[in-house]
Amino acid sequence: MASYVDEPDSFSGKGFFATSFEKAIGLARKNSIWPLPFATSCCGIEFMATMGAHYDLARFGSERMSFSPRQSDLLMVMGTIAKKMGPVLRRVYIQMAEPRWVLSVGACASSGGIFDTYSVLQGIDRIIPVDVYVPGCPPRPEQIIDGILKIQELIGKEQLRRRNSREYKELLESYNIE
Amino acid sequence: MFQVDKDIILLLEERLKLAFGNDVLSYEMSADMPCFTIEKNKVTDIVRFLFDDIECPFRFLTTLCGIHFTRPVEKLGVIYHLHCFKHNQRIRLKTFIPVVNPVIESLTPIFASANWMERETYDFYGIIFEGHPNLRRILNVDDMTSFPLRKDFPLEDQTRDDKNDSMFGR
Repeated sequence: MASYVDEPDSFSGKGFFATSFEKAIGLARKNSIWPLPFATSCCGIEFMATMGAHYDLARFGSERMSFSPRQSDLLMVMGTIAKKMGPVLRRVYIQMAEPRWVLSVGACASSGGIFDTYSVLQGIDRIIPVDVYVPGCPPRPEQIIDGILKIQELIGKEQLRRRNSREYKELLESYNIE
Repeated sequence: MFQVDKDIILLLEERLKLAFGNDVLSYEMSADMPCFTIEKNKVTDIVRFLFDDIECPFRFLTTLCGIHFTRPVEKLGVIYHLHCFKHNQRIRLKTFIPVVNPVIESLTPIFASANWMERETYDFYGIIFEGHPNLRRILNVDDMTSFPLRKDFPLEDQTRDDKNDSMFGR
């Protein structure tokens, strides 16, 4: 039988396998991410290639694109976010249930990119917290996959108590969320 | 393909001059289409006249936009492009208003399509269209306080703190 994921650090013997709750949950979470694509421009086109048959994002456990924020784990922001779009993006993020992660794909989402102008938000991290940034204009599908793998790494290692921690609450408060 | 019919335009110019006299400030044949500069208070009257003209009725407002000149005299302008389907002729109307009190008549009573174009012109140049039914911003965020296509508006986004003049060699 093929092995899809490495088993976590454990203590095992004949007929039993013992590991920590945290590692088991991390393993399950990181290999079944439901992404919510928030695609506004050319990075979105690259993302379509990424999730299509050729690059096949489904290989990493992200078969199902969730187009409802309620059931998704990962917000993938791909493309230029105009200032008028900012409140919409923020609302989508707030609607997502914890635990939630954000992947910022491309120069525009990460920093405003070439659009240093009055109408464009200069990076989505001005309105929502971002976990991983993918550089590029637009990034190739391989880079987007690399970003997803970085997110998986974060998810797999995340402590179960992190979302209840003071630091995390302070982070959200700094964005005026909740 | 659109081609200027000089005879039609010449007659039109005569009729305009006859009806409005000095309110038609100037006429020129620019590279692509005939262009009239008109008095700012007469915009509605002149456009209505062109709309109702029997020989060459201009029943279509192709576009409407603003412009900001800083030299030699600072002024704001509104440019109208009109189209006559009967003869397939186009004309351009220009009118200029001062920056301090940029008020002009709205064309919405004549052309319903002027509604959004006037809102856009207000959004980017701050030109007030008197008589417009719903003059508020259309493309930019509602809480914006400036008019971004005016020449005194800085090009780069002012909320960034990781860029300064030294990065642009100034």
